[in-house]
Amino acid sequence: MASSDSPALRTPLFGWHVAHGGRMVEFAGWSMPVMYTSIIEEHTITRSAVGIADISHMGRLRFEGPGAAVFLAELLTRRVADMAEGQVRYSLVTNDRGGILDDVLVGRYHNDYGQPYYVLVVNAANRAKIVKWIDAHLPRERAERPGEEIIWTDVTRLWAMLAVQGPRSVELLQPLVTADLRTMRYYRGAQVRILHPAARRQGGIISRTGYTGEDGFELSVGATIAEGVWEALMELGRPLGLVPTGIGARDTLRLEAGMPLYSHELSERINPFEAGLESTCYLRGYDFPGRDALLGIEKAPRQKVRVGLQPLGRRIARQGYPIFAGSQQVGEVTSGTFSPTLSRPIAMGYVRPQFAAVGTEVQIDVRGRREEARVVKLPFYHRNKKGSQK
Amino acid sequence: MTPEQLLYAKTHEWVRVETDPGGAKIATVGLSAFALEALTDLVFIELPEVGREVSAGESFGEIESVKAVSDLYSPVDGQIVEVNAPIVDKLDALSDDPYEAGWFVRIKIADEAGLAELLDFAAYQKQCEEEMTNDE
Repeated sequence: MASSDSPALRTPLFGWHVAHGGRMVEFAGWSMPVMYTSIIEEHTITRSAVGIADISHMGRLRFEGPGAAVFLAELLTRRVADMAEGQVRYSLVTNDRGGILDDVLVGRYHNDYGQPYYVLVVNAANRAKIVKWIDAHLPRERAERPGEEIIWTDVTRLWAMLAVQGPRSVELLQPLVTADLRTMRYYRGAQVRILHPAARRQGGIISRTGYTGEDGFELSVGATIAEGVWEALMELGRPLGLVPTGIGARDTLRLEAGMPLYSHELSERINPFEAGLESTCYLRGYDFPGRDALLGIEKAPRQKVRVGLQPLGRRIARQGYPIFAGSQQVGEVTSGTFSPTLSRPIAMGYVRPQFAAVGTEVQIDVRGRREEARVVKLPFYHRNKKGSQK
Repeated sequence: MTPEQLLYAKTHEWVRVETDPGGAKIATVGLSAFALEALTDLVFIELPEVGREVSAGESFGEIESVKAVSDLYSPVDGQIVEVNAPIVDKLDALSDDPYEAGWFVRIKIADEAGLAELLDFAAYQKQCEEEMTNDE
């Protein structure tokens, strides 16, 4: 793994991770910390207090100009034209056959001059593919026409992105940013000033989004101030119990929250209906690559369905393990781990629709031995919003 | 015995060889602190039944962490004569005391010649250092 063709990319926080015991692994072409001390510990603290993660490997593409919204609407399965300032939406990018090219967040913000711009957050492993897809679909003539210009930039290397997740994340971040985080709604964001000398008068973008099933925020700042802002957060977070968390805990957190991960639950061979993400596809009155194919898929019987799986034993069912009902194979596991919150294995996978009902008993082939499992409702973990901190 | 006095397999199992009252050579087998540290977050161990015959390099069980699952390999040819069954429910004890409380099985050695294949502490430490470097 260490000997790939091109050296792994480093985020602006690479040096910090190495200096603070981060166990670096290659992930989607980036050198990332899988953990600092323990996945279970980092996971548990994110659920009970607050954790911080470097997610600068995520691709960030910035679009501006009067034609930006129209162009994004032509690419994404989700509506874009009606987005208000500070709004964030989860969307898919599909290919012409309706297969999933990527799952993304699109946010609309205003710069210091009041002009709108959009940020598309794409998966690290898909960044090159999506950049190519955008290039191939950009209407060049129109993008040059006065009043319809589309200017876009891959800003991934220019901005760091930090995920601050957990019930105490408002408490941690509020003193640092100009926006009122207490009243910021889920899937909203804002361009903000960062109230700390380490930010050197630079701003950032903050949104109430995340990939953990917990309350939390994602903060983008310039690469050159990333380490200073990260250290300021570590300092401010000490009394709150803040710990740095790696991509290992990020995976266990998202899996408990039942969130799909590209190249596990999502791929070009899976369509949004199978993945249970059809609500992100606006098929009528909108057009995008794959729209026509999806109108056909909508009417056809499903071949497979994404489900939650609860192994009854203690062995973890991992990606690629076959799922059986008696002697016939009815599906495959796409993600599996140990749930630190439930103290037992959990998994997601695809099964044929007749085996997708909650309560269905199946067997998973765990390295040559069949283990009993049950189809269960997703997510595995639901945070108690009423019980969350003020 | 201290870690310095043990033998090691390339697959990170440690081996302590003793002679029982009947004169047979018994290998006590566990997993090195280096390997346990690399795994972290242990969630499951599976150990074999007493009486099973194993050969050197054969898997006799598995150890699973949140990240990954690994086989446990027998460092010697022989028969399993004792299993540390309670350890499967005391994964913390395994991490805290891998060379005493954390043993997995005792194997009655069938062929002592195989012991020559095992590494001494210095050679094993060198292998671990190389693995650490290759990781970066």
